Amino acid sequence: MNIFETPIDHERVKELRIGDAFYITGTIFTARDAAHEKLLEIEDEDVPFDPSKYAMFHCGPAIHKEEGEWKVVSAGPTTSIRMEIFEDDFIERFGTKVIIGKGGMGERTLKALEKHGAVYCQYTGGAGALMANAIKEVEDVYFLEELGIPEAFWMFRVEEAGPFLVTMDSAGNSIHDDVAQEVSKNLERVKSQL
Amino acid sequence: MNKTELEESLVEGFRRAVTSVTEETEKALREAKDREEKEGANVQLEAILENVDVGKNEKRPICQDTGTQTFFVEVGEDFKELGLLKQAINGSVKKATERIPLRPNAIDPISDENSGDNTGRFIPSIHWDIVEGDQAIIHIIPKGGGSENMSKLEMMTPGRGLKGVKEIVLDQIADMAGKPCPPTTVGVGLGGGADLAMELAKKALLRPVGERHSEKRIAELEEELLEKANELGVGPMGVGGKTTVLDVKIEYAHRHPASFPVAVLPQCWANRQAKLKVTPEGDVEVLR
Repeated sequence: MNIFETPIDHERVKELRIGDAFYITGTIFTARDAAHEKLLEIEDEDVPFDPSKYAMFHCGPAIHKEEGEWKVVSAGPTTSIRMEIFEDDFIERFGTKVIIGKGGMGERTLKALEKHGAVYCQYTGGAGALMANAIKEVEDVYFLEELGIPEAFWMFRVEEAGPFLVTMDSAGNSIHDDVAQEVSKNLERVKSQL
Repeated sequence: MNKTELEESLVEGFRRAVTSVTEETEKALREAKDREEKEGANVQLEAILENVDVGKNEKRPICQDTGTQTFFVEVGEDFKELGLLKQAINGSVKKATERIPLRPNAIDPISDENSGDNTGRFIPSIHWDIVEGDQAIIHIIPKGGGSENMSKLEMMTPGRGLKGVKEIVLDQIADMAGKPCPPTTVGVGLGGGADLAMELAKKALLRPVGERHSEKRIAELEEELLEKANELGVGPMGVGGKTTVLDVKIEYAHRHPASFPVAVLPQCWANRQAKLKVTPEGDVEVLR
């Protein structure tokens, strides 16, 4: 089992290629649209944690309080392409090297991954129970009141969370682009046989 | 018939629907796992199957998006307690939201306010059908947003015929790629008006994965689209592979001479649903 511990070893991330799968033990933080926007608009001294140390997870968890403690109910990935308008600026400014979501991202993000030696990984959509099981503790939450539950930054301590499949790497490869080309070819063939 | 007892049974129906997949869907997912050769596709399917086990064993919602609460009710014409049934359905949504818990997913489109309990104007969405008999069959579908967003309605030029239908369905499956969390079960509604075609596409999803339509000509169309869709190569979660759809379900209505609505409505791999029977005395039996 290929495991990354946090703080993330940036050099090891550079070696990851599309098709590689790995797990994380340590801390991951969630960030959806509003969270990206929030962090990008505030001053450096107001950023409450170091995003370069941990993996970012596109996720709005189902979570609730039990006897005063946050308990994660289910925490699968959300559709990453919504974050495309923020991601290159986010990577540039905060140095995050591992981004996890679903469905892939676009050209701008792919360029940023290449420039900064980062990767985008797909975590299986809908696999929220599996992830919730790997989350051992809610370490912290930031901007909860302002952003609300799904949009807040949740800091999760995880053990062997994954598998995360690298689908966009720092060498400019994207499984999403490769599959899209393949599907387009197949579609033409299938339709010509109708 | 006791409203509280009925509500409690429906909450258990919800629990079943959001924490497990149906037997037929699980079988289809396992068969997909046996069929795939590519590493990436297998990584996705293994995670899916492991997730199914965790959901079932721990009674944990398999996905954090517990959906828009949707009901299809076939109610017998001699069923006496219609009003109570409707109240119990609404009540069960609020209770299930608090207890299971479900993610609050009902938002006022004008103010953006979340109602907090999964109910609101016309929500839960309840489709009523009047059938023969004195009992009620309740289908519960917690429908996720990611797959619903990939729905499509095309008011096709009738002259394109069945070939046009096939093209529209295959184009849409290729277009939506990994976004609706494939391998999907795809509902297709043909004919009627725009509203009816969409409703039929969703209703078509109620038939178990693997079960063919009772009419041979529709069954053959389903089989052809299933086979062709899986030649597209989208694969599990869009990473490439042999399994893009688990099934294609078609339902139809007669159409206006000038219109040929074609509705495509995908359901994510989990295809979450439960089916309950309410007897005239108010006893509830879980059917699926």
